[in-house]
Amino acid sequence: MAAVLEVRDLQVRFATPDGEVSAVNGVSFDVNESECVGIVGESGSGKSQLFMAVMGLLAKNGRTLGSAKYRGTELVGMPVDKLNKIRGDKIAMIFQDSMTGLTPHLRIGRQMTEVLEEHKGMGGADARARALDMLNLVRIPEAARRLNQYPHELSGGMRQRVMIAMALLCEPELLIADEPTTALDVTVQAQILELMADLKRVTKAAVVLITHDLGTVAGLCDKVQVMYGGRFMETGDVRQIFYKPQHPYTKGLLSSMPRLTEDRRTTLYAIPGQPPNLQRLPAGCPFQERCEFVHQRCVDELPLLQEARPGQFKACHLESLEHPVDDPTRAAIPAEAMPPVIRDVRTA
Amino acid sequence: MPPVENAELLRVQDLKVHFPIRTGGIVFGQYTPLKAVDGVSFSLKAGETLGIVGESGCGKSTLGRGILQLIKPTDGKVVFLGNEMTSMAGEQLRAQRQHMQIVFQDPLASLNPRMTVGDIIAEPLTVFFPKMSVAERKAKVKALMAKVGLLPQMINRYPHEFSGGQCQRIGIARAMIVDPKMVICDEPVSALDVSIQAQIVNLLMDLQQEFGLSLLFISHDLSVVRHVSHRVMVLYLGKVMEIASRDSIYAEPLHPYTQALISAVPIPDPDLEKNKQRIVLGGDLPSPMNPPSGCVFRTRCPRATDICAQVVPKLEEKAPGHQVACHHWGPPAQALV
Ligand SMILES: Nc1ncnc2c1ncn2[C@@H]1O[C@H](COP(=O)(O)OP(=O)(O)OP(=O)(O)O)[C@@H](O)[C@H]1O
Ligand SMILES: Nc1ncnc2c1ncn2[C@@H]1O[C@H](COP(=O)(O)OP(=O)(O)O)[C@@H](O)[C@H]1O
Ligand code: SF4
Ligand code: SF4
Ligand SMILES: [Mg+2]
Ligand SMILES: [Mg+2]
Repeated sequence: MAAVLEVRDLQVRFATPDGEVSAVNGVSFDVNESECVGIVGESGSGKSQLFMAVMGLLAKNGRTLGSAKYRGTELVGMPVDKLNKIRGDKIAMIFQDSMTGLTPHLRIGRQMTEVLEEHKGMGGADARARALDMLNLVRIPEAARRLNQYPHELSGGMRQRVMIAMALLCEPELLIADEPTTALDVTVQAQILELMADLKRVTKAAVVLITHDLGTVAGLCDKVQVMYGGRFMETGDVRQIFYKPQHPYTKGLLSSMPRLTEDRRTTLYAIPGQPPNLQRLPAGCPFQERCEFVHQRCVDELPLLQEARPGQFKACHLESLEHPVDDPTRAAIPAEAMPPVIRDVRTA
Repeated sequence: MPPVENAELLRVQDLKVHFPIRTGGIVFGQYTPLKAVDGVSFSLKAGETLGIVGESGCGKSTLGRGILQLIKPTDGKVVFLGNEMTSMAGEQLRAQRQHMQIVFQDPLASLNPRMTVGDIIAEPLTVFFPKMSVAERKAKVKALMAKVGLLPQMINRYPHEFSGGQCQRIGIARAMIVDPKMVICDEPVSALDVSIQAQIVNLLMDLQQEFGLSLLFISHDLSVVRHVSHRVMVLYLGKVMEIASRDSIYAEPLHPYTQALISAVPIPDPDLEKNKQRIVLGGDLPSPMNPPSGCVFRTRCPRATDICAQVVPKLEEKAPGHQVACHHWGPPAQALV
């Protein structure tokens, strides 16, 4: 399978008055043709900024290091006019907030035909017909009438469909969807997920799905990359990650969710502490302050992604979750490095 | 999960909260009522958790605020500890409120940024126990901070120095400091990351167990609601669609809306999730300004027939302790999860 996107040692740094924020800290991966890759992680783990960097859309105080190649062409540092030819055409993006992705004062039809004009040189009736086809593809009711409406006249669910339709207009090779259903109600989310699953079958585009919702990933993705503190903690195929997680963080995330499909537990498993401060990431493993398996090596040495099982990679010093390292020096971790005591909630 | 005592703590009867919305001209103003809560009845026992679910705008928060009398209900009764509250005012109302507290969704926004954490948590004490000494107040605050998992030495810090999960702990401490009998939790974990959600859910359940608290747990997350609730109430456009014990409502929901809600929940299990037959409702929530005639759910209901457009279905007991408002109620035609 050929790679549409190849990312190597990508880093994102933001300059702020209180010092530098290390939002993404060296990630490498490929997205292959017609594959759906899920990027999961909690808020602030760097999911969005990773792809904003790939798309050249970082805020002014941000900079990108490393490499991101679309079909062999380097995107990092590419001049804006060249980037614009790729963005919206070969690579399209859908945002969480459909109002950011759409221009408020332009009618839906106009926004869509503009894209076709710019990238395909398609105009007039042809462009309008293509826009209408796309709205029908994403099953917008009364599509012809919607062409003449403004974004605010549509419901949140419909705007999200319009964004998907716009993204698909030029038949992109890569579609990046950043939390596409997070702002929607569950019944509307179900409609969009169903739509995305159908589109996956009819379009050939590779899809990157960025989300904090493991349920959404389970339904749509083939591969999963779990992010924490701007790094990948674990990557693998979706069944490996959900059924045989190898990293303490992945395992913790999966067990902290209550599920409709299992017997109720009295107490939920809770990962103690809080996500790391990206201005003061610890040396060693970013998860060390919350990990129940932490030992001296985790404090001293950054774990790199390594193959744990065929096709499944983890960034963790443990040989396996079944073999915790009994570390007598563990008490050597300074107490102030530990977050406020929250373990008592679980054991109370 | 703690056992539920039998004593009724709260009874809400045919509660209505209507907002007048200007729809006509400016001079001869016309007002149309937006029926945010429209005839809701239920009761809550001591030590019980009632989960309240429904989509955005269906009236969950308004119901909570109507019960607390933070908004004056348009009609109906709220009986708390045997006292009818909608006719209360002033001192009497304040005395009742000590026993009913609220925790909000947005942890940081619900805390005053210019007050220290200690002052925020102590604020209800100054309202309800103005004579309490400063030292006693401080001791109480520190003890409670420790209980909710905050370091007591952080008492002089400000809200922005805390993470979302910690702010929610502050909000919970503020609600708990006056020993309430009931806490309304309005989406207490919706803004939090998965790993922090579990911490807060555990904390609320521990506090409930220790103090015999009753909880109204408002959420749109059906998995979390199943975990915390003894009973569950489903709202749609201001009306109750179904109320039942947790086990009956999840194992055998009788209302088509509840069935669709349960089926819509994405399950973090690839084999199940990729193969499941989801009930997908058409369309969006109708505008609450102009709700459908008859059954408010009929425009999206897969079972709707003519009668649904004409007759409002009454909320009736269809199985022991299981109330449903639907002309064609019955178990789902397919497995939901
Ligand atoms: N002060 C107000 N004036 C007018 N309408 C209001 C007011 N407060 C709420 N509403 C309307 O009442 C309805 C119910 O709102 P409410 O906030 O109770 O919904 P909710 O179920 O809590 O939704 P969410 O899940 O988004 O929090 C909505 O249509 C809302 O727009
Ligand atoms: N313009 C900016 N300046 C400083 N920090 C930023 C900026 N944009 C994002 N960040 C920080 O980068 C980190 C990663 O952000 P993001 O990728 O958006 O997280 P998420 O995983 O929730 O999508 C966060 O800590 C965020 O606060
Ligand atoms: S490297 Fe150490 S701290 Fe990090 S996840 Fe593995 S065991 Fe835990
Ligand atoms: S009353 Fe009719 S429209 Fe309403 S839920 Fe029942 S079947 Fe559906
Ligand atoms: Mg994001
Ligand atoms: Mg609300």
